[in-house]
Amino acid sequence: MSLLRAFGIAMEGLALNRVRSFLTMLGLIIGVAAVIIMMAVSHGAEAEVADQINALGANLIMISPSFSRGGVSSQAGPPPMLKFSDIATIQQKVTGISGVSAEQNTRQIVKAGSVTLEDISIVGTTAGFMAVREYGVAQGRFVTDADNDKANEAAVLGSTIAQKLFGNATAVGQTIKIGSTKFMVVGVMAVKGTVGTTDYDSRIYIPIKTVFKKFVSSRFQRDVVGMVYISAESKDTMDSVKSQLTKVVMQILGTTAASPGFQLTTQDSIITTRTSTTATFRNLLGWVAGISLIVGGIGIMNIMLVSVTERTREIGLRQALGARPRDVQLQFLLEAVALSLIGGLVGVIAGVGGSYLFNTFGTMRTELVWSSIPLSFGAAAAVGIFFGYYPATKAAQLDPIVALRRE
Amino acid sequence: MTQMMTQIAPTEKPMRKLIEIINLTKVYGVGNVAVQALRGVNMTVEQGEFVAIMGSSGSGKSTLMNILGCLDRPTSGTYILDGEDVSRLSKNQLASVRNKKIGFVFQSYNLLPRFTAVKNVTLPLLYNGQARKSDKERTERAVTLLEAVGLSDRGRHKPNELSGGQQQRVAIARALVNHPAIVLADEPTGNLDTRSSMEIMDLLHQLHDQGTTIVIVTHEVDIASRAGRVIYLQDGQIVSDRMDASRTAAAYGHTDGSVG
Repeated sequence: MSLLRAFGIAMEGLALNRVRSFLTMLGLIIGVAAVIIMMAVSHGAEAEVADQINALGANLIMISPSFSRGGVSSQAGPPPMLKFSDIATIQQKVTGISGVSAEQNTRQIVKAGSVTLEDISIVGTTAGFMAVREYGVAQGRFVTDADNDKANEAAVLGSTIAQKLFGNATAVGQTIKIGSTKFMVVGVMAVKGTVGTTDYDSRIYIPIKTVFKKFVSSRFQRDVVGMVYISAESKDTMDSVKSQLTKVVMQILGTTAASPGFQLTTQDSIITTRTSTTATFRNLLGWVAGISLIVGGIGIMNIMLVSVTERTREIGLRQALGARPRDVQLQFLLEAVALSLIGGLVGVIAGVGGSYLFNTFGTMRTELVWSSIPLSFGAAAAVGIFFGYYPATKAAQLDPIVALRRE
Repeated sequence: MTQMMTQIAPTEKPMRKLIEIINLTKVYGVGNVAVQALRGVNMTVEQGEFVAIMGSSGSGKSTLMNILGCLDRPTSGTYILDGEDVSRLSKNQLASVRNKKIGFVFQSYNLLPRFTAVKNVTLPLLYNGQARKSDKERTERAVTLLEAVGLSDRGRHKPNELSGGQQQRVAIARALVNHPAIVLADEPTGNLDTRSSMEIMDLLHQLHDQGTTIVIVTHEVDIASRAGRVIYLQDGQIVSDRMDASRTAAAYGHTDGSVG
C-alpha cells in the first residue's frame, strides 16, 4: 500500500471525527504556539535591553572603582580612587574622546512645600553629562561648568520627581530642599525611562562639587568621584580609547595591571552579560513550553488508544479484507502524525499571530525567533510519531477473529 | 443484470480442487486447558461448488470457517487454497491471500458506518497492491458491483440509510470486488427477516450460477438445503458430507435427522 494512499485513509479517519481531532490537537497547538511566543517574548526582551543600554549613550566607556583581589587591603590607608581633578588629566592625555563626565551620588530626603520624598537618588555630575549620556532637559537648563565652579545649589529634576513635587505646575524657578540645603530648580529632564534597575526619571541632578561640599562628610572622600563616563568619538576609536584609558588611569592611581583598582565597562560588555542571562531564561521558557508539547503528545496517545478500542471491529474488518498488520499500524501511525502535523501547523500560525498581537496590542515587545518555527514544528511531528507508535502497534497486533467478534 | 454478472464473475475454468484440507487440527490453549476445536478434518471443495457447513455451537464450524478464511492457522494438517499451501503462511502473507482469494460476507455485514456504500465496496481494493489504481477506477468497479447486486441507486447511501438486506448486498458486492476464488459467508442471513434472507440467498445462488464458489456457514436447515452440498460438523469432525447434485426444489423441506 502506498504511503500516499495510507495517508488518505488516515485523513479520512480524522475527518470523520472533526471535533475530537481538533480537541486532540489542541494540546499540541498550544504547545507549539507557546514555544514560539515564549521565544519571541524573551528575544524581544533581549532586544529591548540592548536598545536601552545603547540608549545610555553612544560609544560609552565607564570607569568604576574596583576593590578586587586584596591588592588594596594589604596597603595602609584608603584605596586609590579617581578625584575630580583627574577628569581634566584624562581629557588631556587621552585622544579620540568626545566627552567626559563624572558622577558622585548620594541619597537624600527631598522636600518641596508639603511634599516630602524619601530616599531620592541625587546625582552629582558635570556639564559633560548631557553629551556623554545623550540625555537632555525638557525645560530650563542642565548643570553647567559655572555651577560646578561655584558649587551652586542648582538642581535639575527627573520628570517623575518634578511631577511628584509640583504636579503640572512649572518646576523651574521653584525652591526645593535636599537634605537640609535649599536648592533652586533650574531644569527638568526629558523622559528617559528605566534602564536596567535605574529609573532615570526618579533622580535629581546637581553639580558634583555641590555633592562634595554638602553631602560628603569624610575629608578623604571630599573630591572622589564614583563613576567616570567617557564617550569615544566613534566606534572605531573605542579600542584605542580603552587602552589609553587603562594606561592613564593606572598612572593616576599609581597601580599596576595586576591590581588596577578600577574597571572599564562598555555597553557591549553589559549587553553580552545581560543577553547571556536572558538567553538562559529563554532556554528555560523554551523547555517549559517543550514540556507542554510532550503533554500534547500524551493527549494524542490517549485519544489514539481510545480510537483503537472504538474501532476494533473496523480494524478486524480491514484485516479480513486484506490489510496486513503493518497496513493497520501505518494507518494509525499516520493518523497520529497527521494530527500532530496539522496541530503543529495551526500552532505555528497561532504562535506567529500571537506574538504579533502581543507586540501590537500588548505591553510586551516580541521578536520572532525564526528557528523556533521549524524547531517546534519538528518537535510536534516527532511527538506524533513517538506517541502514535504504541497505539498503532497495539492496533496492528489485534487478532482479526477477536476484533471482528467485538461489539 | 445477467450481463453485468458475466462481467464480474470469475471466468469459467475446468473443474478443479479449489480447497483441499488434509487432516486439519486446531488446538486452543495448552496443557490441561487445551481445547481441541478440530480433530482431523479432511475435505475438498471443487471450483464452482456451493457448500453449506452446519453444526451446533462448539462443533468447530467457526474454527473451520476462520481457517478456511485464512484468518487463523491450523495447529497441524494442510490447507491448500487454489493450489497454494496456505497452512504455514505468515500473517502478512495470509492477509494478502485473504485480499486476493477470499470474499467475506458476515452475519452483521460489517460495513464501515461512516462510509458510503461505494466506499465500503472499494475497501478491499485499498489493500490489493494495485496502488496505482486511481480513485475513479475503484469507484467505477464498485458502482458496477453495486449494480450487479441490485443497488445501482444506493451507492451514495451510508449503511444506516439502508435496510439489512441492502446492507448485506453491499457486503456481497464488497466480497466480489477483488475477483475472489471463493466467497465465504458466515451466517449471511442470520440478522435478516425471511424475505430478505431469501433475496440474499437468491443473490448468492445467482453468483454461484455465474461460477463463483461459495461456502456458507449456517444453522438454518432451509438455507443449507438449498446448497449443493452440506457438510455437518460435530465435535471438531465431519460427521456428514452429503452431495446433492441437483439443487432443486426437491431439496426444500429435506430435514432429516442426520442434518437437523
